[in-house]
Amino acid sequence: MSVPLLELDKVTIQFGGLTAVSELSLVIGDGELMGLIGPNGAGKTTAFNLITGVYQPTAGAIRFAGKDTAGTKPNRLAGYGIARTFQNIRLFRSLSVLDNIRVAARLHNGEGYFSALWRGKGWQHAEAETEKNALELLEIFKLAQFRDELAVSLPYGDQRRLEIVRALATRPRLLLLDEPAAGMNPSEKDDLMRLIRFVKERYQLAVLLVEHDMKVVMGICERIAVLEYGVKIAEGSPKDIQVHPKVIEAYLGASAV
Amino acid sequence: MPLIGAKRWLLLGIAIAVAASYFSSQFNRYYLGVVIDVGIAIILATSLNLINGHTGQFSLGHAGFMAVGGFFSACVSLHSGGMIDAFWYFPAVLIAGGLLSAGVGLLVGVPSLRLRGDYLAIVTLGFGEIIRVVAQNTEAIGAASGLKGIPKLTNLGWTFGFAAITIYAISSLVNSTYGRAFIAVHDDEIAAESNGVDTTRTKVTAFVTGAFFAGIAGGLYAHHKQFLSPTGFDWLKSIDIVVMVILGGMGRTVGVIAAAILLTLMPEFLREFSEYRMIIYAMLIILLMLLRPAGLFAINLKRRKQS
Repeated sequence: MSVPLLELDKVTIQFGGLTAVSELSLVIGDGELMGLIGPNGAGKTTAFNLITGVYQPTAGAIRFAGKDTAGTKPNRLAGYGIARTFQNIRLFRSLSVLDNIRVAARLHNGEGYFSALWRGKGWQHAEAETEKNALELLEIFKLAQFRDELAVSLPYGDQRRLEIVRALATRPRLLLLDEPAAGMNPSEKDDLMRLIRFVKERYQLAVLLVEHDMKVVMGICERIAVLEYGVKIAEGSPKDIQVHPKVIEAYLGASAV
Repeated sequence: MPLIGAKRWLLLGIAIAVAASYFSSQFNRYYLGVVIDVGIAIILATSLNLINGHTGQFSLGHAGFMAVGGFFSACVSLHSGGMIDAFWYFPAVLIAGGLLSAGVGLLVGVPSLRLRGDYLAIVTLGFGEIIRVVAQNTEAIGAASGLKGIPKLTNLGWTFGFAAITIYAISSLVNSTYGRAFIAVHDDEIAAESNGVDTTRTKVTAFVTGAFFAGIAGGLYAHHKQFLSPTGFDWLKSIDIVVMVILGGMGRTVGVIAAAILLTLMPEFLREFSEYRMIIYAMLIILLMLLRPAGLFAINLKRRKQS
């Protein structure tokens, strides 16, 4: 087997005496859509923060495309191809929709400090290229008509979508979505599921999804891992997970089994 | 495209400054002095705006950087003899002062900008005071009595030429893909980081750029007043500049320039009440926070326009 895209090898992180994630092993292949679920406080977001370099594991290793990511800062990891969205939307609030995308596209713009000051031909060309690509992305996700609006003035569902589009502008190979369906109504959730499938197909990337909404998770994930108290208690296809006794116990209590 | 026009505006600004300078001997000396004060204030406020406004890092040490550039260029001028008559001398010494100031900015910025929140304000406040105390106790730069007899090299042309360059440089930066990172850091460091922005580097870049222009402003100031005293660069001077940035609306270049003009002219008109200046400042800020929280000159734009 070739090198998996992302590999967590017995990753543990402790905050003081609390072990938030314990010996978590996960493998995500190229183009795979994986779900990560678990009750509140199970360590899902912590796992995200470990993968994206916000936290450093106390023990264990994380490899992205075969490279050990220990000690790599989040911005470098974004350059390697790990992009994410946030549980509570984090758009750049004083920037327009277009500029939000352009910040993320900066990774591929290649122009530096002095060329931004001098504004020569090469810079103008790179700038036009960045804008064109950003607009194309907005066009695809039907956000182009809002290009000059402040990002935070968009309706909630569009903000979620914009955050995903912004993550795509970094041209990731792995997209981490942290509760993208939070606060959405049923029809928005349906749109979101379509969107995630579309993104995955079109950009040929792997997706790791943390989500509480079971309809969304079961509907689109190919494989699901379940965390409880920082420990992975089950992993398998949506069908297997739904009937897995440990998962039912974690969600509903021991008496439900 | 508005992006390309920016350089033309810069050249136009410099041309006007030089032309005005040519006729400056016909102006009333007092008014001329005030206008140069305004130009220097514009450089200081615009450059601090990059740090405090656009990038959202609260620095209280701008007067310190001004002092570094001012004392450096003043000392060089006092020891350069006839060389100061050369046309290239003054811009060269100003830029050298700016670079020294930027170097000091790098030294201060690299450790302190790793921290988040209010630490930077405390560190830069301390830095400004250190510069002042060092200047007060260094015989070579006149110690407490200051430097006297600095040649009068600052004129309208140089002041507003450099003011135009400062405005151009800072608005060019923030209106580029490279420099939009400053605003991204201001808005949300965590999101910026996860989108590939090196936040520490971005903050240091803003800080060093701001320090560079503050150093130039210090040089202009020294060769304008012809006298430098360390007490002129205390933290109240930094606060003056911060007030301009807040009053103008953090991160709004036009507003900050307008505030720099207003706050430089106001004390001139209120000479009799100069004792109460800080009280007026405080009241202005309180009123502002109540009535115009986005800044006095904040225009309700849907977005930042390309300037």
